[in-house]
Amino acid sequence: MSPAKATAVKRVEATGGPSGETEELISGSEAIAHVCRLADVDVITAYPIRPYDTVMQCVSQMISNGDFDCEFIVAESEHSQFEIVKHASAVGARVFCGSSGVGWFYAFEALAVTAGLRLPMVAMVGNRALDDPGAFGVEHNDALAVRDLGWMLAWVSTAQEALDTALIAYRVAEDPRVFLPCAISCDGAFLTHSQAIVNVPSQEMVDGFLPPYDRAEKQLHPDNPITIAPQANEDWLMEMRRQNDMAARRARDVIIEAYEDFGAKFGRGGEPFIERYMMEDAEVALVGMGTLAMPVKVAVRKMREQGKKVGFTRVRWFRPFPTQELQDALGGTKAVAVIDRDYSFGSTFYSGTLTNELRSALYPLESRPKIVSTIAGLGGREVTADNVIEIAGMAFDVAEGGDVSEEDTYWIGVRE
Amino acid sequence: MSTASVEVVYRGIFQKTMAKNICRGVVLAARKEGKIGIAFGRYSDSPERNGIPAKQFAVVSDSEEELEEHLSRYEPDNNDVTIVADDTLCKGVESWAWYGLQPINKLLGDGGTLVVTSTQSANKLIKTIHRKGSPYDLAIVKAAASFSGLWVYKDDHTDVRLLGALAKVAPHIVSLDSITKAISEQWKDESKVASAMKAYDMVESTPVGADQGSDAEPFSFSMPGWTKMEEGLVIRGIDQKPQEVPGWDGGYVPSRNPTFKKFSTRTMRPVINFDTCTKCTLCWLSCPDTCFDITPDGFYDANMEACCGCGVCEAVCPVAECVTMVNEEAFEDNDSQWEMWTKDTAGYAAWLTEKIADKPTRSHGFHHVGQYAEEIADESR
Ligand code: SF4
Ligand code: SF4
Repeated sequence: MSPAKATAVKRVEATGGPSGETEELISGSEAIAHVCRLADVDVITAYPIRPYDTVMQCVSQMISNGDFDCEFIVAESEHSQFEIVKHASAVGARVFCGSSGVGWFYAFEALAVTAGLRLPMVAMVGNRALDDPGAFGVEHNDALAVRDLGWMLAWVSTAQEALDTALIAYRVAEDPRVFLPCAISCDGAFLTHSQAIVNVPSQEMVDGFLPPYDRAEKQLHPDNPITIAPQANEDWLMEMRRQNDMAARRARDVIIEAYEDFGAKFGRGGEPFIERYMMEDAEVALVGMGTLAMPVKVAVRKMREQGKKVGFTRVRWFRPFPTQELQDALGGTKAVAVIDRDYSFGSTFYSGTLTNELRSALYPLESRPKIVSTIAGLGGREVTADNVIEIAGMAFDVAEGGDVSEEDTYWIGVRE
Repeated sequence: MSTASVEVVYRGIFQKTMAKNICRGVVLAARKEGKIGIAFGRYSDSPERNGIPAKQFAVVSDSEEELEEHLSRYEPDNNDVTIVADDTLCKGVESWAWYGLQPINKLLGDGGTLVVTSTQSANKLIKTIHRKGSPYDLAIVKAAASFSGLWVYKDDHTDVRLLGALAKVAPHIVSLDSITKAISEQWKDESKVASAMKAYDMVESTPVGADQGSDAEPFSFSMPGWTKMEEGLVIRGIDQKPQEVPGWDGGYVPSRNPTFKKFSTRTMRPVINFDTCTKCTLCWLSCPDTCFDITPDGFYDANMEACCGCGVCEAVCPVAECVTMVNEEAFEDNDSQWEMWTKDTAGYAAWLTEKIADKPTRSHGFHHVGQYAEEIADESR
């Protein structure tokens, strides 16, 4: 019996056991909806767009079943959807919101100022291609668009991780040292529309981990007369941005604390920021985000069976960017192949955004691994284990001084 | 160490909850045996349209590592079992996301079992199913297709009956014991458990040879690469000239995309009584898919390659009993009704009467105002 099977069997025994968790067959979206219930979110706004709408379906079902009570407001657009929760957050309400693809973009005016006002909104982005042509498969460009604004950004690879990360996101976002919004990215289809076995914690467990949201002297309230977001010009804005910068920097330690406490209380959660898979002696590393992890891990195991020293580093948090962790994980490798499920047309070496960030994170290292930049899985196209083996092959090639160029980007799985 | 998968092909909206119940049932039952699994819908079917052939899947593995190979995929292609929730789907399926008409047994693995709910015989069904080229089994759960709506679920136990049948034809995926435990836990209704057990006992399997079945060529196509596609998301229009019909002097047949057939969506089709038709044009005007060909003598003939069976023509026709929607099960071809009528008026009248009498069950929608109240009264009698 493999260790993995042992885990599966153990989970059956754990159902309703002393851990106080129950096992449910739910999607990543439904897992996040359960967090809304368990975190007793006060205000949730909705506007339908695939694949994010799977969250609002589940939330509205829980409300109508009497399992959950909150202000559930169906807005007339994504813009209003995010404006409503932004304001609700200012008066001290715990909020949840979300969108996908161009819906997320339609809310951009609200998204841009949420971080500046230091409102700890938690959102789910059901990653979806940016239209046209009405494509609804996963690409990461939607969520990545807020990367410069002070939003914290996490990418998850399983429904369980979606649940755990959403709980951690509330704790980090609402920490007064941070007070920044956080978006949890779930790959459309593979997480939003696929039901997996998930351990859902009890109310007591969540209450023991997540303190109430308290804005204290920043709460907009008649008893606490304050103004939020008055007109600010060049005399003020730079100082305000600097404060934002410091909050984003402080988020690192708060995230680390949250994972430590989560691990102690829930017995899982893993390393904050990145996941290292078979990285101990890896000479070649693959890097990616989200559900790419599945075919990549399958491919890594296959290549390991053939004696290839290859590993996988999954970026779990894109903001704050895990610079130190990636330097540590990848610094000892000969070559790194990054799989971007996004594009940044006309950028450095035509690379995707993850590659570009990673390249600059590794630049200060004394001995830098070579970097192969690839783009795959756009529009929700399946990335197969064979695709990954092809990509790893390019990294081995570049490590040995082959023809693969570090100054180009390779499109994998595209029809010529 | 193994992984198994079940495909459920069903009618969008009408059978969505049923398909979900079946896939969840498989995963939850397998969980009773210490296996781990996922249940998911084919993403490109979402959001579903009425009657569109759609798919959901259940994949179960002995270990999480094995399951990983099947996560982040759209559809497993070597299924142990394909469940067909409506036997009219046996003619082939085409999703609204368009893959062209594909055989119902396309994703069934060699030696797998096609489980169909049907009141027809195995021999009759096999004739409508594309030849697979490798042997498989056809198992029939005796039942008419169960259709619900967007907001309601008709809990007639078809979901658990199919789960019971699954335990019989594929005990390596889930045992009857696990299935009944999972049903009991999910629904807390012992009558559903009894239905599953009964289906387990009653399901009948027939071996289907590699060469058995319809010899119709499945639709095939190739997709151009980025160097060949027109830039800027441009699609050239098809020839807009009306189609010429040999032997037709006059009339009008609009040009239609020859590769996009919508008929696999259909669960009922309109049959038209040309003897009472007043040529008022309403059906032709109202059909959302421009299905009506105008015949040389000015009648309106619903083209069965194009008709998706929405029922609008029946609803708008001002002449009593002139257009009637009839369950698709009653038909074997897409031939022109008008041509049949012109060749043999009396024979057509008899055919019409027989078809309407034979399969009066409607899959969805209403024929006239007040029909819902009548049906409720019928059932509570
Ligand atoms: S049922 Fe009637 S209205 Fe609907 S698509 Fe067919 S011919 Fe047209
Ligand atoms: S609506 Fe009825 S009467 Fe009018 S043309 Fe069509 S079939 Fe004939």
